[in-house]
Amino acid sequence: MKNINYCVIEGKSAGFYGGIAVSVFFILLGLFAAYNMEHHGHVITGMNNQIVWGMPHVFAIFLILSASGVLNVASISSVFRKIFYHPLARLSALLAITLLIGGLSVLVLDLGHPDRLVVAMTSYNLKSIFSWNMFLYNGFLLICVIYLWFMMERRMQRYYPTVGLIAFIWRLILTTGTGSIFGFLVAREAYHTAIMAPLFIALSLSLGLAVFLIVLIIDCWEKQCPLGQGILHRPKTLLGVFIGAVFYFVLAYHSSHLYFTGRHGVEYFILAGGGIYTVLFWGGYIFLGTILPLLLLYHERFSKSCASIAAASVLTIVGGFALLYVIIIGGQAYPLEIFPGMEVTSSSFFDKGIHAYTPSGWEILLGISGIAIAALLTVLALRILPFMPCSLADIDIEPQFKD
Amino acid sequence: MNEETSPTQNRRDFLKTTAVVAGMTVAPGVLLYGVSRAHHAEGAVTSDVRWGMLIDTTKCSEGCDKCVSACATEHGLTEDVRPEIAAQWIRKVGVRDKQTGKEYSLPLLCQHCEHPPCVDVCPTGASFKRADGIVLVDKHICIGCRYCMMACPYKARSFIHETLENQKPYSPRGKGTVESCTLCVHRVDNEQQPACVEACNKVGHKAMLFGDLKDPNSDISKKLKEVSSTALRPDLRLNPGVRYQGL
Ligand code: SF4
Ligand code: SF4
Repeated sequence: MKNINYCVIEGKSAGFYGGIAVSVFFILLGLFAAYNMEHHGHVITGMNNQIVWGMPHVFAIFLILSASGVLNVASISSVFRKIFYHPLARLSALLAITLLIGGLSVLVLDLGHPDRLVVAMTSYNLKSIFSWNMFLYNGFLLICVIYLWFMMERRMQRYYPTVGLIAFIWRLILTTGTGSIFGFLVAREAYHTAIMAPLFIALSLSLGLAVFLIVLIIDCWEKQCPLGQGILHRPKTLLGVFIGAVFYFVLAYHSSHLYFTGRHGVEYFILAGGGIYTVLFWGGYIFLGTILPLLLLYHERFSKSCASIAAASVLTIVGGFALLYVIIIGGQAYPLEIFPGMEVTSSSFFDKGIHAYTPSGWEILLGISGIAIAALLTVLALRILPFMPCSLADIDIEPQFKD
Repeated sequence: MNEETSPTQNRRDFLKTTAVVAGMTVAPGVLLYGVSRAHHAEGAVTSDVRWGMLIDTTKCSEGCDKCVSACATEHGLTEDVRPEIAAQWIRKVGVRDKQTGKEYSLPLLCQHCEHPPCVDVCPTGASFKRADGIVLVDKHICIGCRYCMMACPYKARSFIHETLENQKPYSPRGKGTVESCTLCVHRVDNEQQPACVEACNKVGHKAMLFGDLKDPNSDISKKLKEVSSTALRPDLRLNPGVRYQGL
């Protein structure tokens, strides 16, 4: 396992420059959107006093979950001692860092006062799970950097499994923290459940692995390095397992809600009568994000090809995104139950009926810029330091890394 | 009780140390407010009182929204924006009992919870509860994350989506921060009633009774002993300072 050769990407191809150009373009657009949201206020977005967290939050939470999940590949190699995953561990830790930075940027730029970031960093309310998350996120970045350093520095390699274990545990707490942002909202029927945390952990695993596989495939395509079927085979099986796990928790979430009489309203809303949210749930999450990728991964006709693994990964991301949209926006669209047993007949402040939300272009641009930030940082890092094995062809990998 | 006074103290320290910086970045009115409130805080804000309100739904009249307009005038909530983003610290809500069909009309405002979820979740401590039970937002340190709006069970808070003009010096507001009913803290500190209560009394409905819940001799305490009243969503055990009679 000592003899893998790691390379930087050459950085001469059209793909490299194209990737950088596209990322920079979208980052600039995102910054422009953030500037406008700051200058004019959130009046230019689709968010309002009913839907207080909108599209930027869906993107941000998607990126943060992916960040913690993508580290899984490294964890498997160091914590669970699966040597097979070892060559990919560096890329995994790198992506964890860049995706988290992308997600946090979106979250910060969406604040009413991004200029007060220093306040957020210096005055903590220790009772707030949000404060805890700031601490968890910063700690995660630091641990990932140390993890990478230990991986790449020969002298430090004996501490590497220890850091790996810390990173693994930290990551679980971090995702629990992210899930708890919602789980602790006592008054929101759609969120106030303990299942939120495990659901988010499962979702982070599936999203993270899907992102990882896509980056791996793109990277190999760009470098024209050989990518063996073997190296894709095991993560592929794992992806299927993660998709199944998410589905299990979604199932548990909804059946437990159906069990509580008081929550039938919000359940009916999401599962049957919620318009776009119902469509996104069944069409986006269940069909595109669960059934199709499982078919692609397990059906004999498709499961062999690299293209179908790529497609399954993309679909997993689409499905996860749809699920997050349903959870985050759908959960707010359903009105708060301020008067149980009563029906609201009039209100000047939208206490009655489902709240409408149409994301504005600004919000979407801001969200996409988070992905672009992660992409740009990844490409630059790959160019500067050797994160990737020079070859991922089966012949170079398999003999040494058979479990 | 120490726990309850500390945000105020922190706030005062914060004001002292950062007054110069803050003065450059926030509207002058905001600073004015902070200083004036801190001044009152020296003598007036103590945990010996807890301000609260009793709303008699049987007296609240369906078509009337005098409390709402009084609040808007008092605090300058007069922006001309689309209704979904317009700030409302108090609103009129009509409800109907699903079983009996009986209808009620009532004002809904920040309930000034004893255990306010908005304060618990606020990452910076901008949302805080004064020793006398009034829940406020410190606009100096609110970063506009809106987590408090997600957490409030009564949808009592508004986010300022647009640039504001014509602010009242005693009631500072700012784009990009969250706000809610202050229980007219600037009046209460001067031994006056909140504007909504005053307006309701003026039109003769007298549906809102304001006072000190901890003083057994206050009108509100006596009335609470006498009539049956309820908190909204009592199951959440937040012990709101606002209670409703006849609901
Ligand atoms: S009603 Fe809402 S805003 Fe007011 S104190 Fe309670 S939780 Fe906070
Ligand atoms: S919006 Fe302001 S007051 Fe509300 S939780 Fe965030 S920082 Fe605190």
